[in-house]
Amino acid sequence: MDTIYALATARGKAGVAVIRISGPRAWAAAHALAGSLPKPRMAGLRKLRLEGEELDEAVVLCFEEGASFTGEDVAELHIHGAVATVSAVLRALGQIEGLRLAVPGEFTRRALENERLDLAQVEGLSDLIEAETEAQRKQALKVLSGAVGKLVEDWRSKLIRAGALIEATIDFADEEVPVDVSPEVLELIEAVAGGISGELRRVGAAERVREGFEVAIVGRPNAGKSTLLNALAGREAAITSEIAGTTRDVIEVRMEIGGQAVTLLDTAGLRETEDVVEAIGVERALDRARQSDLRVFLLDGEEVPLIAPEPGDLIVHGKADVTPHEGLCVSGKTGAGLSELIAAIEERLAGLSAGAGVMTRERHRVAMRTAFEALESARNEVLRGPDRSELAAESLRQATWALESLVGRVDVENLLDEIFSSFCIGK
Amino acid sequence: MKHYDVIVIGGGHAGTEAAHAAARMGAETALVTLRADAIGVMSCNPAIGGLGKGHLVREIDAMDGVMGQLADAAGIQFRLLNRRKGPAVQGPRAQADRKLYREAAQRVTAAQPNLTVIEGEVTDLKVAGGRVSGVALADGSEITCGAAILTSGTFLNGVIHIGDQKSSGGRIGDKPSIALAERLKALDLPLGRLKTGTPPRLDGKTIDWSRLETQPGDEDPVMFSFLNTAPAVRQIACGITHTNEKTHEIIRTNLDRSAMYGGHIQGVGPRYCPSIEDKIVRFAEKGSHQIFLEPEGLDDDTVYPNGISTSLPADVQEDYVHSIVGLEKAKILQPGYAIEYDFVDPRALDLSLQLRAFPGLYLAGQINGTTGYEEAAAQGLVAGLNAALSVQEREPFHFSRTSSYIGVMIDDLVSRGVTEPYRMFTSRAEFRLSLRADNADQRLTGMGIDIGCVGEGRRSAFEAKMEALEAGRALMEATVLTPKEARDKGFRVNQDGTRRSVFELLSFPDISLESLCLALPELTAIPGEIANQLAIDALYANYVERQQQDAASLKRDEGWEIPEAFDYSALNGLSNELKAKLDRARPRTLGQASRIDGVTPAALTLILAKLRQARRDKSA
Repeated sequence: MDTIYALATARGKAGVAVIRISGPRAWAAAHALAGSLPKPRMAGLRKLRLEGEELDEAVVLCFEEGASFTGEDVAELHIHGAVATVSAVLRALGQIEGLRLAVPGEFTRRALENERLDLAQVEGLSDLIEAETEAQRKQALKVLSGAVGKLVEDWRSKLIRAGALIEATIDFADEEVPVDVSPEVLELIEAVAGGISGELRRVGAAERVREGFEVAIVGRPNAGKSTLLNALAGREAAITSEIAGTTRDVIEVRMEIGGQAVTLLDTAGLRETEDVVEAIGVERALDRARQSDLRVFLLDGEEVPLIAPEPGDLIVHGKADVTPHEGLCVSGKTGAGLSELIAAIEERLAGLSAGAGVMTRERHRVAMRTAFEALESARNEVLRGPDRSELAAESLRQATWALESLVGRVDVENLLDEIFSSFCIGK
Repeated sequence: MKHYDVIVIGGGHAGTEAAHAAARMGAETALVTLRADAIGVMSCNPAIGGLGKGHLVREIDAMDGVMGQLADAAGIQFRLLNRRKGPAVQGPRAQADRKLYREAAQRVTAAQPNLTVIEGEVTDLKVAGGRVSGVALADGSEITCGAAILTSGTFLNGVIHIGDQKSSGGRIGDKPSIALAERLKALDLPLGRLKTGTPPRLDGKTIDWSRLETQPGDEDPVMFSFLNTAPAVRQIACGITHTNEKTHEIIRTNLDRSAMYGGHIQGVGPRYCPSIEDKIVRFAEKGSHQIFLEPEGLDDDTVYPNGISTSLPADVQEDYVHSIVGLEKAKILQPGYAIEYDFVDPRALDLSLQLRAFPGLYLAGQINGTTGYEEAAAQGLVAGLNAALSVQEREPFHFSRTSSYIGVMIDDLVSRGVTEPYRMFTSRAEFRLSLRADNADQRLTGMGIDIGCVGEGRRSAFEAKMEALEAGRALMEATVLTPKEARDKGFRVNQDGTRRSVFELLSFPDISLESLCLALPELTAIPGEIANQLAIDALYANYVERQQQDAASLKRDEGWEIPEAFDYSALNGLSNELKAKLDRARPRTLGQASRIDGVTPAALTLILAKLRQARRDKSA
């Protein structure tokens, strides 16, 4: 039985998110991230790390086989609900050998098989399942229409062609089929692998379109960031005061700019500091600011320390009511320049979402990554020569299966159709 | 009135294998055939095996069936196909001497205990208590039975076409089974119509062999049966020639006289075995097609020109044959013909090949929409074993997709049906890397011993081999090299501190068994055959391990049988589209349901929940 994982709570921003891992390697996987595990059914606070990089601080819970939701060894990671954090932890789990993302309904299925649910419970779940199926169906429809449909259809036909070419040399070796199909197969593999890796690059941006962009306001202490945020959000979200360094934690405000979901981040004022608590706030603010999709640098006459604008970031001169300046100028107090700033943010976000790929879900990302790796290995086997062609075919099948959720099932009949229409088989 | 446990109707490849399987299981078996001397006749091309097909023969042999033994006895040219590719896709094939094959079949049939051959035509099936209880013969006699296996091949409403001439018959020179067909019609089984064809047979003495290239057999022939090591008779070569533009012109001009293109045939033919008319129409750009000239026997001058099956009139066949290099003066002994016949939609069968609507009646072979001797024999094996088991009131024995090509075929047939004559290909087996011709015995013989269809001779040979394999594998796994030791012995491995056993090293593409034996002389203690087998196992070990998870989950799903009357409309939470789809497909197991397009894991969970409920209600 393989080990599966998935976000068990609803997607999107929430205070806490629970990631559930189930199967023989569940504890090992949790151990790999948390360093140590609490006793079963006892909560333990752990830092989650992957290859030394800290992902989050989490409450870790372990359940033994026979005493868990699924009946298997289960580990639960209760992490912070921010979208970026959840993605990072899911991605880290995906990198652990032997783990894969659960398909919808799979935890329930396992619970049922291991007799952990009674029937009333399962029937109660059917509404949930229906919703899930409906969501899947809609997702599939979405994937299969428009630009995505074209892309996916193209991959599908190339995979069928490549599979058919290899299978023809295997199953019809005694017939008049080409002996060496490797140039065309390699070309097809390259084309699909190239397409997938391009999509993988864009998938990050696509996720943002769905889940919202993060825009961080950075600046020195007392530069007027909180006032600006409040003015943008139109409400008193952050505490503002005249004393530098008031905003110690990162404050988030969700709003819509130009039809895009945006999370505005008000970060702690950036300055070198001796104050331990403030230093932590500054460090956290820097992290969040760096991970954000766009940074708005709020200047108060001096450069912002510790962080430099990246290409595309916005530079705004603050307190326009006090010291007028050239370029983008705003005043949180009077509201001057706010609409210009919003227009500028809108423009930048539009640029970012234009680069967004068509695959939006973590599931798609996992499927594409698996397929990409399988295609790499198919390519290697093809290059090793015809005595490895059954292994090339196997890798190609793996790639196709991985993409099944995107391209639909490629059946052996599809391959045979292609073979019989391309080659005159039948001696 | 005479009684048998199992009656097999039909003495072709399916019937022969079915009768032997039932008899080996200890069931008193009768094989009823129109002509006893036709048992073992090869009515199509004189060859056994090939890709996928060779795998089936090995599996039949692993269950102690007869086809592998017969092919070895009659083989006059052995070739292992895909010799240059990996062992998983290598398939043994042999040209067979028709007479030797038939003689061998008659010999083993006469020698098989519990098996009686009865000559006669079955005209009716007797029913008692909703179950098959016997058969009536044309001479008015009746035989009672516990189970019957029908293997009537192409004899059901068979119609033979040569140009616009048509006649009834299942094979040229034999009459069709009309009475039985009428009887089956009354059962209201879902029927379909298929067609297949044969080429003209040539007189080898009139072929100019000196102008043709030849294809010899392998230098070290590979046998079908795990019990044999070398051919029994003299080996020969086949000839190769080609059609040319002139041939194509003759065929094109006469296309409307072909039975198929003249609109006389409705049945669907196999795409992988097109007639020469088809080839020329569909691949018009091809100027020439290959023809294999296969001798039908050592002392038989008949030659089977493989590649030019046809339903053109005899005079056109004369013309186009004579346009071919080497065949200018060839005499046609019997013209080629197309044959149309009825088949029963195999979705009416269960995994034992028993008709779901008619307990005790099993169908095997071409009647189920398949083609090929090997596919037929494999089904005969399945039906024979299960008919015997049912008479003995034992649990049925189902072959799984995860452990055999036979399982792949049966599952494909009963869950998906056929749209053209079904033929085995290796690409149909998703677990191809573990389902190999070389390990058919390792996969199946143990199960055969358990159910009781394997004789003493094979059993002891098998057990000795398994012991040797185990010992050899233990030695290979115990012999471990550090990366440095491996490098010092000339093997390229990552210097990553990982110690690797000989078995693991064998999976590296550039490390051969020979080089390991040279570097580590202690390995030569493993007998050559055994070491070769282990090297193959090692080559695929990584892939097989990965596939085992898939196989295990498929096995679990196959373990959940969905009852005949399962009501999908009562499932809350399933879309109407999916309900309708499942209702149409009527999957037998959860595993089959999972292979239906559009079925989600969530849907499977719902079905499983219902099945569990039913099971609990039953046990309560």
